Amino acid sequence: MSNHEKKIEYTKKELPKGFLKYGLPLLLIGIISVVLAYQFDPMRASFNNIIALLVVVSVGMGAIFLVALEHIAGAVWSVPFRRIAEHQGFIFLATPLLAIPIIFNMHDIFEWTHNSVVLNDPILYQKSPYLNTEFFIARSVGVFVLMTFFLFVYLRNSTKQDTTHSQKTTKINALISAPFMVFFAIGITLIAIDYAMSLEPHWFSTIFGVYYFAGTFATAMAVLTLITLSLKSNGNLLKEINRNHYYSMGGLMFAFTAFWMYMAFSQYMLIWYANIPEETFWFLPRMENGWEYLSIALILIKFIIPFGLLLNRNSKMNPSRLKLASFWIIGAHIYDMYWLVMPSYNRMSGTEGPVFGWIELSFIALSAGIILVFYYLAARNKNHIPIGDPKLNRALDFHI
Amino acid sequence: MSKLYSVAALFNTPDDIMHAAAKVADAGYEKYDVNTPYPVHGMDGAMKLKSSKMGYYTIAIGLTCMSLMLFFMYWVYNIDYPQVIGGKPLFPLPAFVPIMFEITVLTGAVLTVAVMLIFYFKFPNNAHPLHDSGYMKAVSSDKFGINIEAEDSNFDLDKVKAFLSSLGAYKVDEIYFDEEEANTKHKILDTKFVFGMFLIAGFTSLSVYLHMNKVLYMPPFDWMLVQHKVTSQDKSDFFNNGISSREPVKGTVARGFMPYLFTDDPEGAAENLVNPYVADEENIALGKRKYLTYCSPCHGDLGKGDSRLKGQFPNGPTVHSDKVKSWTDGHIYHVISEGQNVMPGYKKTVTRKERWAIVNYVRTLQRALDAKEEDMQ
Ligand code: HEC
Repeated sequence: MSNHEKKIEYTKKELPKGFLKYGLPLLLIGIISVVLAYQFDPMRASFNNIIALLVVVSVGMGAIFLVALEHIAGAVWSVPFRRIAEHQGFIFLATPLLAIPIIFNMHDIFEWTHNSVVLNDPILYQKSPYLNTEFFIARSVGVFVLMTFFLFVYLRNSTKQDTTHSQKTTKINALISAPFMVFFAIGITLIAIDYAMSLEPHWFSTIFGVYYFAGTFATAMAVLTLITLSLKSNGNLLKEINRNHYYSMGGLMFAFTAFWMYMAFSQYMLIWYANIPEETFWFLPRMENGWEYLSIALILIKFIIPFGLLLNRNSKMNPSRLKLASFWIIGAHIYDMYWLVMPSYNRMSGTEGPVFGWIELSFIALSAGIILVFYYLAARNKNHIPIGDPKLNRALDFHI
Repeated sequence: MSKLYSVAALFNTPDDIMHAAAKVADAGYEKYDVNTPYPVHGMDGAMKLKSSKMGYYTIAIGLTCMSLMLFFMYWVYNIDYPQVIGGKPLFPLPAFVPIMFEITVLTGAVLTVAVMLIFYFKFPNNAHPLHDSGYMKAVSSDKFGINIEAEDSNFDLDKVKAFLSSLGAYKVDEIYFDEEEANTKHKILDTKFVFGMFLIAGFTSLSVYLHMNKVLYMPPFDWMLVQHKVTSQDKSDFFNNGISSREPVKGTVARGFMPYLFTDDPEGAAENLVNPYVADEENIALGKRKYLTYCSPCHGDLGKGDSRLKGQFPNGPTVHSDKVKSWTDGHIYHVISEGQNVMPGYKKTVTRKERWAIVNYVRTLQRALDAKEEDMQ
């Protein structure tokens, strides 16, 4: 409320050691074990690769979305964290590393890449104008290029504003965020459909993109919260950042935890109710051979537990509780992606029931390594606060 | 008799009121409140309020009502009127989830407000000393106020007035209230209140009645109802008997059915009909399944006439009588198709092949319960 222009004292500081200390070993172990996994069991490895890709896209592309969301909504409270989100968006640039092995192994993963199958299957044949290798690659490249373009525009404008303090930049950002929202909505739907839904090419669910988006938002927010908390305790951020700001982060994670359940249940209930074989066959493998326990656990892990962790007002502000909830939400998203992808591995490989072993772990290690190292690369020697943003003073004064 | 309720001070800006609230809290006052025209962010921090417990009540209320609703639906679907709907299980949990969700939200919100009305406003009482004061007028339009109650243990009229002025209040008032008025105990059965309730109930009922019985039958709401075609159960002005559904033309044969030639003629059936199916394992298995479904409730699982209906219906007689044994297959087939006296016919529900299979099964039963020497080998 008190708008007496305060002088913001911000001094640049080295990033916390943890990013490289944990990031590099994880990345190295990840790369080596992933290469081994591809030698050892290419099919299982490529399915896990999809999980890793979906998780990294959530973290990176979700962060670009958070930046755009702030611009388009004219949000104030989140200004001090926008630079962190912008750097986090940089992680999206790692996605080709994960997508290229998938594209080389498409034949192992996607039934619709088998010409003989498609020609003898009227449904796949009708879908082939969309589901074919060339268009698939074109879509992935298109989404990547567009999102990267926006990311760099946001980053450039934002760093420029650090010195110019120009109100105009804020306006331009809001303006370009409107088309971004359209591209983002289409882009994330395409990624969800291409990489996750087309694993079962006969199946369709119009809500699938939103389902993935709900998890994406919560995950991007959770990673943002974790980075914020660690930067804050290392002294990289301003001292004015306090529990009021954390509350909003916790609130958004809480909201999208509930939103995910809403979407997941809407999808499930409609299919359960109509009970027609074209749709139910996607859920059936998830209800047998041990998957039924994982399906029930999904409700617990991705909804009930984080919901309980964040329900209380205080727990949305308490840094250690937030840290726990953030880690939990990221883990739950990985679990959710595993639940989306792996039943198709069962089908394609002729195995039964959920599998878990070093191959799964190696891809999780790789994703974690990528997230830490790419954040480090993006944020090294940069300002962590958009010190030139005209809204910053108001943002620091934020009360819930 | 008028009595001092509080000292109320008015401020011009939200910044002033934040500052004043913090100072009042620091000075150790406990019975005071802040009134603002809109929520001022950070006020609970400035007033050093502990976080409200209301949320716990809300979730407790919501979860309780949710459980009650779940139990109610369970009672309806499983105890009071068990009925399979849409091929779903008797306790279709996913179908209940949206209702449970809505009930939790609705009761949580509505009952929280109701609880607050009762506990904080002492409903049905509604008198508050601040009502009708210039102070309340000001804070409900564009001013920000703070008032310290006389009941506070630190209260001292002159000190409080000086203190509030020193915080920058542009106006400090003493608020008095009429003890008699404030202590009037309104009762739930107050005539005015009851009358008001009746009025509301009457108005609601009337408008619901008019909606459901009149408005819904006016265009455009009746567009789904009024259709330019004959629907089932319609009255007909066209046909003489006034019924718009027509009987099939005499001699019509439905697809997949064979006309039965021996209605009312058991002897004809017995003489002329020959069982076209061989009693092999598959055929008897089919007959057994159909017999257990359609016949066993009256005739018993083994056809001994020991019905499960226990006399609630004329018990089906045994099919092991010499009479039935001496019948030809065609005769039994006839009884299954057309019924016999009170026994209903099954030609509409059981296909021809299944009826013959039942005949074979009845024969099997007859032979099994009265096995001859050579059957044992
Ligand atoms: C609703 C109860 C009921 C069901 C179901 C029923 N019956 Fe009957 N059935 C009777 C009754 C009662 C009689 C005796 C009718 C009469 O008074 O002549 C009878 C008579 C018969 C007779 C003649 C017995 C006799 O001594 O005259 C045969 C054979 C027979 N039923 C077979 C069947 C078969 C086969 C089925 C299954 C398709 C069947 N019934 C289903 C009630 C039933």
